[in-house]
Amino acid sequence: MIEVKNLKKGFGDKTVINDVSVVMQAGKCNLIIGASGSGKTVFMKCLVGLFTPDSGEILYDGQDFTDMNDESRKEIRKQIGMLFQGSALFDSQTVEQNIMFPLNMFTNDSYQQKLARVNEVLERVNLKDVNKKFPAELSGGMKKRVGIARAIVLNPKYLFCDEPNSGLDPQTSLVIDKLIAEITREYNITTIVNTHDMNSVMEIGDHIIYMHKGVKEWEGSNKEIIFSKNELLNEFIFASEFLKDAKDMRMLEQTGKIDNNRNMDELIK
Amino acid sequence: MTLFTEFGRYLLMIKGMFSKPENGKMYWKELMHQCVEIGIGSLGIVVIISFFMGAVSALQTAYQLVSPVIPKSTIAQIVRDTVILEFSPTLVCIVLAGVVGSKIASELGNMRVSEQIDALEIMGINTKAYLVMPKILAALIMIPLLVVISMALGIYGGRLAGVLSGILSPAQYDKGLLGNYQPYNVFFALIKAYTFAFIISSIPAYYGYYVEGGALEIGRSSTKSVVVSCVSILFADYVLAALLLQ
Repeated sequence: MIEVKNLKKGFGDKTVINDVSVVMQAGKCNLIIGASGSGKTVFMKCLVGLFTPDSGEILYDGQDFTDMNDESRKEIRKQIGMLFQGSALFDSQTVEQNIMFPLNMFTNDSYQQKLARVNEVLERVNLKDVNKKFPAELSGGMKKRVGIARAIVLNPKYLFCDEPNSGLDPQTSLVIDKLIAEITREYNITTIVNTHDMNSVMEIGDHIIYMHKGVKEWEGSNKEIIFSKNELLNEFIFASEFLKDAKDMRMLEQTGKIDNNRNMDELIK
Repeated sequence: MTLFTEFGRYLLMIKGMFSKPENGKMYWKELMHQCVEIGIGSLGIVVIISFFMGAVSALQTAYQLVSPVIPKSTIAQIVRDTVILEFSPTLVCIVLAGVVGSKIASELGNMRVSEQIDALEIMGINTKAYLVMPKILAALIMIPLLVVISMALGIYGGRLAGVLSGILSPAQYDKGLLGNYQPYNVFFALIKAYTFAFIISSIPAYYGYYVEGGALEIGRSSTKSVVVSCVSILFADYVLAALLLQ
């Protein structure tokens, strides 16, 4: 479990994260959502230690990550896997070498054992016959899947995904979302996903944190989000008429009524 | 960012390199890889430059030594000493600052911008130790070797040019090479080579490691790293000459 207490982070005079407290639920998909510039990437980078917070605590199973020395931090980081926005695969290495890299660095397994593990995770992310390919030879979706494979190869306890759907078509986005959700459940990982993809929110959001201008504005699940009265959240999530209609349809299905300010007859028509 | 802030951050980067390797074998592999990249990768240009540097040096020295009182073998002595003292360590290292320095800066810059360095950090790897240290060590191993090769080739280039143009005979050249030979000059050249190797590798590594932005910034930091390295080499060259050639 990751617990964040009163986290603050700024750059110069600008406060980017302002007093955010949240508990990332273990074994669930925790989504951080918000508009561009809302501070979600900075928040995630603080969580994994790429940025040092100005104040506040980040507790990994009760251990304060912000207060650790480098050696203790390394131990926590070995339990972390991360999928980056641009996949962050090593360009000069093949897919196999990319995924084998953490194994080479942190295990004493034989080459055969490592290869077996690489093939196992590649199969898990539904990739075949790509071992000898270089990242430049892969599509965006395939790169993301290789990134996920590399992130889970050491069986991490925590999986961080920064904008896993950026640059992908809707269909591939769904595949990646499904994969993240499946892996979270199968490996019992605490997953934290940074996204502004509404499909992800509705499909895999076990626990959603909505951030607005560096402040946690709303927290709940994908089931609760439909019924949220938070104006900022509704403006962000259900921005288009199509999504507003979709929300109302879902509300109608579940409660038999919709928001007062919308015309039910028109919607049904 | 002020000069002092940058210098402080540079020193912190150097300090940050010293930590226990996560896996010695992987660090060794990376060091060997960098030795090949820096050493073998630069060998061609060093060979060409050194050979012509010595050849031109011989021809120009002969052109300036018009007095019949001065023996022809003096040309070989002048070529030998200028090549060993200045041309091989300084000129070759300035060229290597362009070749090796820009490569180091752009490689690390690209890794930074594409979040590959962040990915390594998240894995629990000390990226300064794993990415920067092998480059500096490889430069410290390979650049003095390249400088020694350059010395030999420069002197041989001078001999070939002198003989082919009929300025002096091979025997005269060889006699000149052996006359007034100071082994200290080679020692001095190697001190320079080690100093410059550190400059050539650490300054571009700093600019690449801390680059922010995109492709344009990588190009800018690469250019800046070469300029700063070259100026630093010239400054260090003067300081070393003033200190060690008394």
